[in-house]
Amino acid sequence: MTLRVDWPRNDYSRVPYWLYHDEAVYAQEMERIFRGPVWNYLALEAEVPRPGDFRTTWVGDTPVVVSRAADGSLHAFVNRCAHRGAQVVRTTHGNAAEHVCIYHRWCYDSSGALIGVPFRRGLKGQGGMPADFDPAQHRLTKLRVENFHGVLFGTFAERLESLPDYLGAFGRGMIERFMHKPLKILGYHRQMVGGNWKFYNENLRDTYHASLLHEFFVRYGVDRATQKGGVKMDERHRHNMNHAYVASDTQDDARAAYAGQSGVEVDRLQLRHTAFLKHEDRFADGMNLAAPTIFPNFLMVQINDTLCTRQLRPKGKDSFEIFQTAFGYADDSPELTEHRLLQLNLVGPAGYVSMEDGEAIEIAHRMTQVASDEFSVIEMGGRGPIADTTHRLTEGPIRGFWSYWSELMGVEPAGAVR
Amino acid sequence: MNTESQARQAISDLLAEYSLLLDEDRLEAWLELFVDECEYRIVSRENVEQGLPNIHIWCKGKDMLADRITSFRHVNEYNLHWARRVIGPPRVSAQGDGSWQVETSYSLFQTNLEGVSRLFSVGRYAMRIVPVDGRARLKQVHVIADTASIPTLLAAPI
Repeated sequence: MTLRVDWPRNDYSRVPYWLYHDEAVYAQEMERIFRGPVWNYLALEAEVPRPGDFRTTWVGDTPVVVSRAADGSLHAFVNRCAHRGAQVVRTTHGNAAEHVCIYHRWCYDSSGALIGVPFRRGLKGQGGMPADFDPAQHRLTKLRVENFHGVLFGTFAERLESLPDYLGAFGRGMIERFMHKPLKILGYHRQMVGGNWKFYNENLRDTYHASLLHEFFVRYGVDRATQKGGVKMDERHRHNMNHAYVASDTQDDARAAYAGQSGVEVDRLQLRHTAFLKHEDRFADGMNLAAPTIFPNFLMVQINDTLCTRQLRPKGKDSFEIFQTAFGYADDSPELTEHRLLQLNLVGPAGYVSMEDGEAIEIAHRMTQVASDEFSVIEMGGRGPIADTTHRLTEGPIRGFWSYWSELMGVEPAGAVR
Repeated sequence: MNTESQARQAISDLLAEYSLLLDEDRLEAWLELFVDECEYRIVSRENVEQGLPNIHIWCKGKDMLADRITSFRHVNEYNLHWARRVIGPPRVSAQGDGSWQVETSYSLFQTNLEGVSRLFSVGRYAMRIVPVDGRARLKQVHVIADTASIPTLLAAPI
């Protein structure tokens, strides 16, 4: 059945609520977006440093294993036995030369090739696979893997633009910035949010909400509308980058701007201990907030001295997991590592400046579930063409997300803005 | 708290206070169960098992812990709920310096304002408890949560 969307406007300033809640939409998204012509984030190279190292990950809701073979090459394959569909790798990570499905002990090498089928030739002339059974035709489904400065991306698509072209100028530049020297993985955060995965993509492109929902940001000048900053997008408006410059405004600027905004008070929070917030401009570009977001499942986030990747893992139409990998650099001193860890109080599911997104998305998901003929209003920053801004009171990148989503889903309105 | 049975009673009382003060949303009173030079940390078992130091919440000293409560009270938005935790029997080991190492399991449930309950987190506490004026007080609380995938968000202490 062909999906049909009656867009009220061709600039995505109205989004029908049923698009978050429809099983057929979700199934088509997994097929045409995550298993379609996009580059999905898989893992960091630093997580699989040695031959045989592997990690399980997700591409949309497809379970995937990332692994390093004996020759050092990197591979990714679907974690579903080519025999009867059972889960092959059952741990989240490890080191192994072979992966054996426990059900019938079919055995795969670290590139996902089938190397063993028990009783393939039968026993004493009885049973066994047909003589023409060809193991080469029954490998674990492979993804193409590309390593961009230590960030591993994968795709199921045979044909699509190269990864550097896909990332675009700021995507490439920002990944190089975060990955400019060897990493030290600090660990993981997981947050299971009861909402549709697209709400999170919108949230990441919504610089309007940041300093209103997350009041901590405003009080301590980590991210607020009065700072110098803006949003950048790629040419297709599918990726975006929110950024802000440290100390580019004053407490008084913020007091004046937020005066009269109900619910937000610049001076309400008075912490006793603020040393953990301190930030040094180690990237030497003045940014204390940088969040390049790559369609459809990836972003990197710097908030002051915290550094993370975040992967969006859809879990059906009604929930998704935010899988966050925190890191520092291999040459960080013990003091700097401790500082980064203390500052991780800011981010993650318990983060002072990030926890609220979980609740905001759940209340939107819950209420739109029963309003299938209504629409969201996305007009902050203007209607019509989608463009970069040098301010952050905009929802333009959200419209950018929907424009590329519509293109991949084959549901663009007539005269669609792209 | 001169005898072991007195110490065990004091520790048991402390755990009951810990649990009920949090469930009653009396976070400021809960804070007073800690000594000034304290540490409170929530990590997930997934990270611990891999030897990774990542934290969910890490407060070094009572001021940082007080700040978490202040932020929870005045700034952070979260899913409105009642909390209810069940703490298991503690394993108590006396340390040479007069303190006790206490380990116990917890289950933490959340119930929304329409009365629908869910399991929010299970895990264990590793606590260092010290005697102060005849009562047991918290020097160190490490929460090691088996529940690595946190539902919705984590705003209040576990």
